[in-house]
Amino acid sequence: MTIPEDLKYTEQHEWVRVEGDTVTVGITDYAQGELGDVVYVELPAVGAKAEASTPFGVVEAVKTVSDLFSPVSGEIVAVNDVLSDDAATVNRSPYEDGWMIKIKMSDPGELESLLGSEDYRKLIGKES
Amino acid sequence: MSGYVGRSEKEREEMLRAIGVGALEDLLQPVPSELRASAGIDLPDALSELDVIRRVREIALENRPGDETSVGKTACFAGAGVYDHFVPAAVRHLMARSEFSTCYTPYQAEVSQGTLQAIFEFQSLMCALTGMDVCNASMYDGATAIAEAALLSVNVTNERRILVSTCLHPHYREVLKTYCTPTNIEVVEIPDEEGVTNLGRLKSALGQGAACFIHQQPNFFGIVEDTSEIGKLLSLSKALLISSVDPVSLALLQPPSSYGSDVVVGEGQGLGSPMNFGGPLLGFFAARRQYVRKLPGRIAGLTSDNRGRRGFVLTLQTREQHIRRARATSNICTNQALVALAATIQLALLGEKGLREVAEQCLSRSHFAAELLAALGGFSLKYDRPFFKEFLLECPVDAGALTAKLLRKGILAGVPLSRFSGDSNLLLVAVTEKRTRKEIEALVEGARQAAEELAQGWRES
Repeated sequence: MTIPEDLKYTEQHEWVRVEGDTVTVGITDYAQGELGDVVYVELPAVGAKAEASTPFGVVEAVKTVSDLFSPVSGEIVAVNDVLSDDAATVNRSPYEDGWMIKIKMSDPGELESLLGSEDYRKLIGKES
Repeated sequence: MSGYVGRSEKEREEMLRAIGVGALEDLLQPVPSELRASAGIDLPDALSELDVIRRVREIALENRPGDETSVGKTACFAGAGVYDHFVPAAVRHLMARSEFSTCYTPYQAEVSQGTLQAIFEFQSLMCALTGMDVCNASMYDGATAIAEAALLSVNVTNERRILVSTCLHPHYREVLKTYCTPTNIEVVEIPDEEGVTNLGRLKSALGQGAACFIHQQPNFFGIVEDTSEIGKLLSLSKALLISSVDPVSLALLQPPSSYGSDVVVGEGQGLGSPMNFGGPLLGFFAARRQYVRKLPGRIAGLTSDNRGRRGFVLTLQTREQHIRRARATSNICTNQALVALAATIQLALLGEKGLREVAEQCLSRSHFAAELLAALGGFSLKYDRPFFKEFLLECPVDAGALTAKLLRKGILAGVPLSRFSGDSNLLLVAVTEKRTRKEIEALVEGARQAAEELAQGWRES
């Protein structure tokens, strides 16, 4: 299981890659492993508003469905269309091809409350 | 058997104590007072089993069943959502098999392959009729199917405003409001004009944003509306088009897919079920493929097992409340499996040609009846519009008084519109394939006589 050091994380197992005032969001390797085969990812439309700690979409596996929580507030500026045809990309490449949305942040200060890779490793150590 | 034995007073007190409630009455406080029997319930004294059977038989003899096998037969021209279509004996016989005798989708569903196959075939048949891509395992009735469709449209569009034609059954609109009002979804009625949807009003209401528009085809007054115009207006809006249809009519009318419906719902009682004193009914819920994950209720799917053998499963269950809890797509978790089975057998028995014949018979017999009735002095059709099997008759006298007189002659003439706060001289008359020429002529002659007697009575009094 990989936990890249250059990313930030939420307690709900989303990862966040910061590039200027925009972040890319997906779910972690740990999350995709726990879910099992992902069959469907429901994502918002480009232009929709995202709010920190609020669901922006849904990831559906064979036996369960989980909400996807937005790590920051802002506007959705891109959505990974690949996932609508091939949701299993999330399983194969959770940190790269399996990204879900890009958010233009309205309050970059919110990044402060996210977890670093070490804290996230500790969090899932407790869960597993 | 303990589940059938009532709780003792002592047990009730213990339970109330455990949840910290003083008296049972306190738990009932949220129930609106007009729904409470304030003076208590007037129950007669206990009877022996034999006496109960005698009493129930007495009550049953007061029924006026429309069924041809019954004694004291009544020719039924009442409809308004529930119709007296012919149910072949094979339907009753097959659905009464004990393997099928449950109204629920089974728990451990995949053990019951036969039930799942029947549900799968129901879904497939309803898709074929409506032209939709997906259909669920059924709903409680047409009214709740509409309400669930409205919730789907809110979910899809993020709008909280529902437009509904007043040509939709008044009871369906009540149920819709019951579902929507507590969750702050606005229900806006688009008034009808001469018995059909007012397109101008619809257009301007759509301009203000809406989750959906709900219409009925044929509508509550029996009229076949110009759905292509409705479809065109909806295609210019992001609102979904929800069509409530009579499945029997689909043998003759354009499938809702052809005029752009997103969700097709309706009452399926007319397929294989008798009128049953108003229930159980059967809702169906079909939609375009893109909404498959938003569908309420259950869906049976066809798949193959690890040895390549055909098998049926419940699919997309992850959206249901036993997994999603409060965030489930809908709170419906079962269906009308037995009534859906009746519809499945009926459709399979009739086939495409048979259903078409049923629909053609409805069409020609209802027009025959309408023509004769409208030719009577003082009677006329309220609207000069195309209709399928039901029409609104304007009577020279009170329609309720007229039906009461005809009932004494073994004819249930229709449903007076006053029951839905419509004008008291309007009568909604339905004519299915079961109504014979003789019965129709008896209705016409009876109506003539009754109207004459009533008018006479009024002159005298």
